Amino acid sequence: MSKKTVKRIIHGSIAFILAIIFLSPFYVLVTNSFKTPKGIFKDIFGLPGEYFTLQNYKNAFIELDFVKTFFNSSLITIVGTALIITTSCMAAWVLARNKTKTSKRIYLLFSIYILVPFQCVMLPLVKFMGQLNMMNVWGLIIMYIGFGSSMAVMFFHGYIKSIPISLEESAVIDGCKPWKIFFKIIFPLCRPMTFTIAILDFMWLWNDFLLPSLVINTPNTLTIPLKMYYFFGKYTKKWELATAALVITIIPTMVFFAFSQKHIIKGITSGAIK
Amino acid sequence: MKQSKKLFWTFLMPSLVSFLLVAVIPMFIGIFYSFTDWNGMNNQINFVGFQNYIKILTNDPGFINAFVFTLKYAVVEVILVNVCALALALFITSKYTPFSGFFKGAFFLPNLIGGILLGFIWQFIFTKGFSSIAATFNLPFFDKWLSTTQTGFLGLIIVSSWQSIGYMMLIYIAGLTSISEEVLEAASIDGAVGFKKLKYITLPLLMPTVTVGLFMNIAGAFKVFDQNLSLTSGGPYNSTQMISLNIYNTAYTYNDLGAAQAKAIIFLIVVGCIAFIELYLTKRNEVEI
Repeated sequence: MSKKTVKRIIHGSIAFILAIIFLSPFYVLVTNSFKTPKGIFKDIFGLPGEYFTLQNYKNAFIELDFVKTFFNSSLITIVGTALIITTSCMAAWVLARNKTKTSKRIYLLFSIYILVPFQCVMLPLVKFMGQLNMMNVWGLIIMYIGFGSSMAVMFFHGYIKSIPISLEESAVIDGCKPWKIFFKIIFPLCRPMTFTIAILDFMWLWNDFLLPSLVINTPNTLTIPLKMYYFFGKYTKKWELATAALVITIIPTMVFFAFSQKHIIKGITSGAIK
Repeated sequence: MKQSKKLFWTFLMPSLVSFLLVAVIPMFIGIFYSFTDWNGMNNQINFVGFQNYIKILTNDPGFINAFVFTLKYAVVEVILVNVCALALALFITSKYTPFSGFFKGAFFLPNLIGGILLGFIWQFIFTKGFSSIAATFNLPFFDKWLSTTQTGFLGLIIVSSWQSIGYMMLIYIAGLTSISEEVLEAASIDGAVGFKKLKYITLPLLMPTVTVGLFMNIAGAFKVFDQNLSLTSGGPYNSTQMISLNIYNTAYTYNDLGAAQAKAIIFLIVVGCIAFIELYLTKRNEVEI
């Protein structure tokens, strides 16, 4: 064996051991979700063996009202992400192309807002939106557009500045209307950045807890994190149900990751390095 | 010219209106409320000047406690996460490590799970799994996790490191792969190898990435809420309560919305200062070629 092969084997085994340690919580979670309460009590780290049961999953699935909860989460995440991206890209385009003072000030407002912790606006927001009768799913989506615009406008702005303006100018000469220029030229050209923002926003909206917990309170509209939180409040210490519920709620994320791992990783890394 | 002005506002409108409506206007209302005795119950709101601020800074051990706890947490978490992430990134990008794509995915995976779920997963591992380790191997260190301040702190650090290491690793990998091959080769020819190369060549060139990474990580560490709520809920006796949770409880448990708002403004000022100091320090350390 060459020295290089030995090195590869050593590196490979270290990485493998680290990965196993890193992912071991998932093993504990999944194995215990298949055990009866007695099985969990007797042996946490072993395989289910004689204590194997599927009942936990059945009960947790019903208790979480999973089909509806999943639908609620999906609706908010997909519509929210799509709207954040379209509106922010539109805004970023005109902000990047317009060199007036107003334009610069508005851009500064968007970018500086990234620093503001949510707690600063939380209380007035809830009061204000309550008065406007917006404490529902659509109100929540508008809030996401508002809060999401800060980062998305900043990212798109930086990206659009690198697109040569001559493209748009020749389109104008050809008689192309602004809407068409945006949707046929600018928006498609922004695709790599769209991907990055889509992934970041998708993860944020899917997992967000505090804002929806303040805005949507009717049992019919609960999202996955909310449902899970109330579920835990109700069944503290019933770990066989809780572990099964956790696995069920994580599965969509895992499936999503399995199918788009490459895009996700590329999106995140290209967002960081501009 | 008229046309372009109309176009400017039309395209800006959907984003700007919702931004002003949910972010900017509430922000200003919030500054006003921080000077009042707003309690959320009755509609009579009285102006009380700086009373909330004075009360918080002189007579609110809970807030000071949460502040110190968050500060400690942020320091430990940011250092731990960034050191581990950088080490992992260097290791995975090494030409000797096989299946780098697979390992990238494996370490990144926990990042996709939201804070509430993460907290619950680890609550199970800390309370059930750890106590089982303690009993089996007679290791008292693993016993009664999350029921003391110390273990609550460690628990929070472990959970957020588990979540953030993979993400920061990806960012460092991106930074490392953007360093040109030629520079590294030239350095090797000039005799810079191993640790020397890392210290004098790779790390200085990586500084822009470190700036971005630290910036996001520090801001995130201060704002933690979900994990705190689902893992320890601030217990025992509010000793593991962080700033965000303290503000939340002041508002919704004690109905002292004016004071909660004042705390949030103090929080904003602190986060802003830290961000500027941090940007200033790291920008100074960047090099360009």
